[in-house]
Amino acid sequence: MDMRANARGVLLSGNQAVAYGVLLARPDVIPVYPITPQTPILEQIIELHSEGRMKAELLTPESEHSAMSACIPASLTGARVFTATSSQGLLLMHELLHYASGARSSIVMCNVNRTPASPWGFWPDQLDSLAQRDTGWIQVYSESPQESLDGVIQLFRVAETANIPAMICHDAFYVSHAVEPVEIPSQLTVDEFLPPFKPDIRLDTTLGRSFGAPADQRNWNNTRRDLDAAMATVPDLVSEAGRLWGDLTGRHYAPLEEYRMEGADVVIVTMGSMCGTVREAVDAMREAGVKAGMLKVRLFRPLPMAALRQALEGVPCAIVLDRNYSPGTGGILHQELKSVLFNMKNAPRLHGLMAGVGGVNVSPAKIGELVAQYRDKEPQVGAIWVD
Amino acid sequence: MELISYQDEGQFVSGHVACGGCAEALAMRVILNTVGSDAIGVVSPSCSAVICGGYPMSAVKIPMFHTTLESAAASASGVKRALVAQNKPDTTVLCFAGDGGTYDIGLQALSSAAERNEDILYICFDNEGYMNTGGQKSSSTPLDAVTGSTPAGKTTRKKNLIEILAAHRIPYIATASPSHINDMRAKIEKAKAIRGTKVIIVLIPCLPGWGVADNAAVRTARKAVEAGVFPLLEIEDGVNYRLSVSEKGDSIESYLKEQKRYRHLDADHIARLQAETDFEWRRLQQRVADSPARNP
Repeated sequence: MDMRANARGVLLSGNQAVAYGVLLARPDVIPVYPITPQTPILEQIIELHSEGRMKAELLTPESEHSAMSACIPASLTGARVFTATSSQGLLLMHELLHYASGARSSIVMCNVNRTPASPWGFWPDQLDSLAQRDTGWIQVYSESPQESLDGVIQLFRVAETANIPAMICHDAFYVSHAVEPVEIPSQLTVDEFLPPFKPDIRLDTTLGRSFGAPADQRNWNNTRRDLDAAMATVPDLVSEAGRLWGDLTGRHYAPLEEYRMEGADVVIVTMGSMCGTVREAVDAMREAGVKAGMLKVRLFRPLPMAALRQALEGVPCAIVLDRNYSPGTGGILHQELKSVLFNMKNAPRLHGLMAGVGGVNVSPAKIGELVAQYRDKEPQVGAIWVD
Repeated sequence: MELISYQDEGQFVSGHVACGGCAEALAMRVILNTVGSDAIGVVSPSCSAVICGGYPMSAVKIPMFHTTLESAAASASGVKRALVAQNKPDTTVLCFAGDGGTYDIGLQALSSAAERNEDILYICFDNEGYMNTGGQKSSSTPLDAVTGSTPAGKTTRKKNLIEILAAHRIPYIATASPSHINDMRAKIEKAKAIRGTKVIIVLIPCLPGWGVADNAAVRTARKAVEAGVFPLLEIEDGVNYRLSVSEKGDSIESYLKEQKRYRHLDADHIARLQAETDFEWRRLQQRVADSPARNP
């Protein structure tokens, strides 16, 4: 019998899968506050805890702000810390997100991507976490429950190596509540993959080190240079974690995933649950003789710039599908891609389409239509509403 | 004058950056020495955060985590839980916050930590306003006091945080003053031995903020206690009240006269403040008398 993996998958929602990933990571402290559609993560964690399977200290404060305020110094003591949130909760944490990376904590958080108010909405849209792109958190976008479970475990390894907090983001309902067969790795596998967390610099009475005291300009500047140097190691750490995890479980991951890009003359670039829809659209287009492919951006922060340029060099046309809208510029992934591809020889014509903003459904057929409509057009500077 | 001999434990050292004559440095010294070395501190932006010293120096021997203004109690909860998870449940987690970070922006997190009865020792250095930002009013600023944002005197009362905390039924609440350091030390020792949420509010007359002479901080604090404006008390389990100094003087005038923030008051105003003080003192006496511990 294979001791490393539970060969039969179990049916789990994306949120339940996250909770099982957390369980296997053996966390020490979990401060968490409920918010739709993240709540099933909290509920599953509390269930695992009350069954005695999870030993973590659970802290249920009055707000996401306090949850993150507790996460940061808990992590700095050398505890393994997890939390989860969504939308308004993530936005309420904003101040602390900067703090968490500035203090070089190693928290792993799941954000369930949901529309930010106003007006109120509970729909898949990635603006909540994309708007945190400058806060110094690693960001990975997940397409499926399995990827969310695997991602939580991989991100603990990355965050605790780089001493940078990490966020795994999955879309409301499409991933958070969709139930799929998920393979739950064995504890043995996870223990082999994820070493205990023991940072050299930590809050510890035997060390006497303090964190966050007022710093002068030079020292403040140096903290960001150090963070920048650590961020630069993250794409390789994510690649290494994805490779090693693949060796242990058969499921390999990388910062980017290329789907049917061989010989493609049009490539759709997107993130999160949209990737599942695009896969179907690509298959249909290939069947119809259209040389279409997909580039999935799994690691969004730090943006794997070199890998993105390499993947898209020589591709005639790339279409970005953004399930978010940044007022004044448009789709955020489109903006990022434009800056990455700038000054590159053989860069693709790049179209930015805002598709599915606010959770509007985007079908595989619609994606096929969009490719037919834009693949031979000259691109516009700004982004276009297409749904 | 009675001299107090004080055995320093070296937990708070010279080089701190308190204003010359500030009683907060004295209070920090007593508190840190009493808490000892098996402790981790959490401090929110306030005079105490500045007094601890700028990177890479620290006037405090224990590790300090500097958190955001509204987060002291939440961050302290996180530290404590992490220590428990790492099998270090006896390490004291000590919070330093100002009145802005406690009565105002930090009240939500403090209330939540108190409701969960987190095992933290929370010290509020109460200088009755945002003194580290140049002296604006907070909800701890008393009636009639002049601050940068109440130039004609504050028109509303000081928030009664002690009773708000008592309503949470936490195991221990106390007030302390740098004028009564043996009392302060005894309260810290008592709090340290209790598991659960402990809050001690320490009155800190602010030299520039209150307009107090450089050599008068301790004297002003003493007068606040003696006049009954800042009674020294303990509340156990939210219901058992005890006064450390059970008598009060007849007049608040000598206390007011130490401070420029009350200089605009005429006799009528002072009489009104006196009536407020007398009323609150009588209410407090009643709470002491009604305490279940006295009425078994």
